[in-house]
Amino acid sequence: MKKLLLATAVAVLGTGAYAQDVVRIGTEGAYEPYNYIDQATGELTGYEIELGKELCKRAELNCEFVQNAWDSIIPNLQSGNYDAIMAGMSITEERQKVIDFSQNYIPPASSAYLALSADVNTGEGAVIAAQTGTIQAGYVAESGATLLEFASPDETVAAVKNGEADAVFADKDYLAPFAKDSNGELVLLPNEVQIGGGIGIGLRKSDTALKDKFNAAIQSMKDDGSVNTMIKKWFGEDSVVF
Amino acid sequence: MAGPLPMFDFCADPSTLPWYSWLACYLTTGTHFNFYGSFVTVLLLLAVTAPVALAFGFLGATAARSPVAPVSLLGRGYIVAVRGVPDIVYFMFFVIALDQGIEWFKHLFVCADLSQPVWNGNEFSVCSAAKVPLATSAAIWHKAYAFALAVFTFAIVFGAFAANVIYGAMQAVPRAQLETAEAYGMTQGQVFRRVLVPQMWIYALPGLSNLWLILIKATPLLFLLGIQDIVYWARELGSAKTSGNNPYPHGDWRVYYFLALLVFYLVFTRVSEIALSRLTARFSRGQATRAGEDMRKVVAQ
Repeated sequence: MKKLLLATAVAVLGTGAYAQDVVRIGTEGAYEPYNYIDQATGELTGYEIELGKELCKRAELNCEFVQNAWDSIIPNLQSGNYDAIMAGMSITEERQKVIDFSQNYIPPASSAYLALSADVNTGEGAVIAAQTGTIQAGYVAESGATLLEFASPDETVAAVKNGEADAVFADKDYLAPFAKDSNGELVLLPNEVQIGGGIGIGLRKSDTALKDKFNAAIQSMKDDGSVNTMIKKWFGEDSVVF
Repeated sequence: MAGPLPMFDFCADPSTLPWYSWLACYLTTGTHFNFYGSFVTVLLLLAVTAPVALAFGFLGATAARSPVAPVSLLGRGYIVAVRGVPDIVYFMFFVIALDQGIEWFKHLFVCADLSQPVWNGNEFSVCSAAKVPLATSAAIWHKAYAFALAVFTFAIVFGAFAANVIYGAMQAVPRAQLETAEAYGMTQGQVFRRVLVPQMWIYALPGLSNLWLILIKATPLLFLLGIQDIVYWARELGSAKTSGNNPYPHGDWRVYYFLALLVFYLVFTRVSEIALSRLTARFSRGQATRAGEDMRKVVAQ
């Protein structure tokens, strides 16, 4: 009985402390428009930053974004340096073996190839650039093309421009602005691919309380349509919504 | 840190500006102030890390020379273990292990419920009171903690190399010098302090100056520790910016930013070389080396 009382006391105290806690959210800060550094202010901004702030408001959490390199973004979550990942991370089976995901806050979106001309081969024998540890890199590796990996997304685009790679394979929403700005130098190829289960918040497997809170907040934003408004604001009017 | 942005009133709509105003606005954006600030971070890191690493090296070398077997083994073990492992492994895993170790230790004292396993598969979790720094701490403390971890990790890695250099330098001091000191009746401690250490610096200096120059260039490893250094910002600022969300769109400008870094590193290494050559002259005075002998002859003439 005493033990039970003690356990209850600890549980109550535990949740009490939890409510005031700061939830730290890790992000890459290099994947426009998902998460990137605002050129004018030098602060983190993007769809995920705005969404994260709104989700935390709805879940009554005190959140803070921290920047972390993509390479070590999962180990640092597991190690407790932050409590959640919002970094354009697609929900995949492989990642679900090591971390948990909230429900998706971006529906499964298209991945696309960006190349110097529209008739570039992307299959057998082609050299395709992709960011290390992304679903796109995994896809290229299995497609028969030669995978050329880079640590950051902008290097993958640079590799195509300087001829190191035949094409870059990434989220279409990331690549589209490059094609638009290039005056026809870079083109998106028509063969788009749907991979992954959408993008969700990465969480430690043990952190089920936080997962429930985020899930409820995401659901409420899906229910009132505000998540769609935000997606259209950042990704354009004709993007895929819920 | 950059004050109210934009810096100048005319920066409100950069796309309409002539190139010189555009550039003035561009170079005073928040991201650029972060870039300028990162130079201070790097210089501060070097200023703190170098003496700490030197202390580690000195202790490591002294321990390795110790006649007491366990101490000697500890010193040699430290040198071999760190020198044999790639830096990146230290920066990826040692820091995480150190961070977890600190939190685990704190958790033993401050957590009410110790029944839950701390390590669960790949996950590490302690109660929120045992977090270092606390999740509620201001961002500045998180930065300071990351910085301290960085200094410590750099010091461990470079300390091992410095230990090897100093160890070799201690061996290079002519045996005759030490024997003479012993013949005067000095104790082992006195020989060490009065004869060995003052004479070994001149032998250690070339190796240590190499390490210093390598350390200057090793700061990009900081980004692995969550600290944004000059190379990170050069890459971030130089990477192509598309027009949609960025007020100052541009192509791939990394080459210009890296050129700026190149100038910085060249100036910095040149200044270091001048300082080191003065140190060499200072340490050569009265030494039983070629340079010391030459100095003595000049004075004698």
